[in-house]
Amino acid sequence: MSGADNVVWLGTPAFPEAARDALADTRLRANLRRATGTIRDKRLAVAAELEDWEELRETAAAIKRHALRHLDHHLLRLEKAVTAAGGTVHWAADAAEANRIVTGLVEATGEREVVKVKSMATQEIGLNEALADAGIRAYETDLAELIVQLGGDRPSHILVPAIHRGRSEIREIFRREMGEWGRPAPDALTDDPRDLAEAARLHLREKFLRAKVAVSGANFAAADTGTVVVVESEGNGRMCLTLPETLITVMGIEKVLPSFADLDVFLQLLPRSSTGERMNPYTSLWTGVTEGDGPQDFHLVLLDNGRTATLADEVGRQALNCIRCSACLNVCPVYERTGGHAYGSVYPGPIGAVLTPQLVGVENAASLPFASTLCGACYDACPVKINIPEVLVHLRAEAVEAKRAARLLPTSEALAMKAAGAVLSSPGRLAAVQKVAAFGARLVGREGRIGFLPGPLARWSATRDAPAPARESMRAWWRRTRTTGRDESPTTAEGKEAR
Amino acid sequence: MRIALFITCFNDTMFPRTGQAVTALLERLGHTVEFPQAQTCCGQMHFNTGYRPETLPMVRRFTEVFAGYDAVVAPSGSCAGMVRDHHRVVAAQYGDTALTEAVEQVAPTVYELSELLVDVLGVTDVGAYFPHRVTYHPTCHSLRMLRVGDRPLRLLRAVKGIDLVELPAADSCCGFGGTFALKNADVSNAMLADKMRHVLDTGAEFLTAGDNSCLTHIGGGLSRLRTGVGTLHLAEILASTEGDAR
Repeated sequence: MSGADNVVWLGTPAFPEAARDALADTRLRANLRRATGTIRDKRLAVAAELEDWEELRETAAAIKRHALRHLDHHLLRLEKAVTAAGGTVHWAADAAEANRIVTGLVEATGEREVVKVKSMATQEIGLNEALADAGIRAYETDLAELIVQLGGDRPSHILVPAIHRGRSEIREIFRREMGEWGRPAPDALTDDPRDLAEAARLHLREKFLRAKVAVSGANFAAADTGTVVVVESEGNGRMCLTLPETLITVMGIEKVLPSFADLDVFLQLLPRSSTGERMNPYTSLWTGVTEGDGPQDFHLVLLDNGRTATLADEVGRQALNCIRCSACLNVCPVYERTGGHAYGSVYPGPIGAVLTPQLVGVENAASLPFASTLCGACYDACPVKINIPEVLVHLRAEAVEAKRAARLLPTSEALAMKAAGAVLSSPGRLAAVQKVAAFGARLVGREGRIGFLPGPLARWSATRDAPAPARESMRAWWRRTRTTGRDESPTTAEGKEAR
Repeated sequence: MRIALFITCFNDTMFPRTGQAVTALLERLGHTVEFPQAQTCCGQMHFNTGYRPETLPMVRRFTEVFAGYDAVVAPSGSCAGMVRDHHRVVAAQYGDTALTEAVEQVAPTVYELSELLVDVLGVTDVGAYFPHRVTYHPTCHSLRMLRVGDRPLRLLRAVKGIDLVELPAADSCCGFGGTFALKNADVSNAMLADKMRHVLDTGAEFLTAGDNSCLTHIGGGLSRLRTGVGTLHLAEILASTEGDAR
């Protein structure tokens, strides 16, 4: 799995099994329905305010396509600009290398703790665990990330990592765990959101004021100026980015934009698509180091970890356009009912179903491309126009081919598909099957519904009746009532079989 | 106009009444309808489940059988979408340029029923009569792949006697998704439960849609729960006339 072990959570069952457990959690489903519904409506309202919304999406997709097509070029420009501004650039081929670099940088400062602004890239490489192994404690400062960390939990949403938690659960976590990590929660803590936020503020303030080293992710980096951007809502990120002496940013290589001016497009699209706001409260931009102001030591770690392999796939590469807005999660009917943990991956929801199998190899996350009805709501919502259904069916074909290559086929599914293929590519064979089905329909007795189906179809009839096949197929009806030699001239050999 | 029926394998075998309704409707509107007997399947099940090599013969057959018609109509947004959006993907994958060209010729002549009626034949009032309370579910592929928009609703609104009621959360997926209903049966059922609740909230006698596959899924659930709500393909409502008794 070449350094991608953290992208998928080892030990998580395949999606259908993980989803079953999630579906049984009524509180989770209620939390998700309410949260995704609210963000969904807000997003639609603020997107509708911009007359050029569709143009913006198209422009953003074009900028991303261009940036990715010339990725090597733009990354070298970025390295040059960051270096010129007094920063240091490091290249990491995989998670292990990135962790080694960051751990080494923290150790060089002599510090044993770091503060972190929420970062998917560091989740992806398992940085906190790697730092812990080196005796360094990483404190998450994003409120939702803090809840996840204190709860010994995993994030379940890109934007709202603790979306699966209710207020009373959060209160319990704060009361139980805060003392272990620093300033304890006040004794009289209620589950009022303001109260909870205040407890987090006091707990975190102590950390910000003490921290000498910070680790961040990046939403974007401009290749021409070497400017790195973090977009957030709470100001905790701003604290991490400005207070410490050393700042280490870990960024996926696909986040580079050709120029600073491109931010114009993305800073309109991202907040509207993610939180349904016109503008997010805090947008921090930094370029190298500035004497006497902010961190005096800046490191940018450029992370590959499966991205160049993804880039090599002509259909799948569009997943690298993703700006992690989570709009696809919020509109996905599957995500809405299962939550993010069922995906068993740092990247949940529709984007996770196309990104994760590519980063780790489709054979290592083979159930994810099938975790979708292909309803297409995600494609409509995506601000950078990633055709997620297209990538899903592409990866499904790869998953099936991988099984074939590993001689895991023929499975019962493969045999059924082969048999169905044989029937469905010949009108003669199809007509013969229809005759058998029509005979079966007579046995069922009444024109009606079947309550039990055999074999794999039992999963259908467990909750739904099935219609009985017709006593006469359309084909047979047409031949009986319509054919008098008129316009019935099959042009192929199989066509003649049908007669 | 000379119109070929692409009845789709599922409708052919399970719901011949839908194909018969399309035939009656188009003939009533004065068109010549043909049913090429050599037709089989668009290949969607194989394509969407990842079985690409198995899809190729079906794409090849479809383009041969349906070449040269003024228009081809399918009573399924999903199958029409497969032909229009994905046949070229299959042809390209196997580097078959002749097939790609054939697909490019045929695919644009394939329409879902409401598209054919409204866009090609220019009719919204098809002279139907259906005195029942009906709600309409816009299936995902009609809605987001073909972008049929409100065409089915415009056709339904013109039906005499109909009491058309809006379906809450209409554009959310019913959870069918082809083999998804088997591979992810639990999630599929959770989505179905919500869809059924919304259908029942309307108080409709019939749920209609442009795809019998989604209707089979929702209708199967409604039947199991003995709700008494029927499902009926859009074509069957549009084909109904005052003489029919339902």
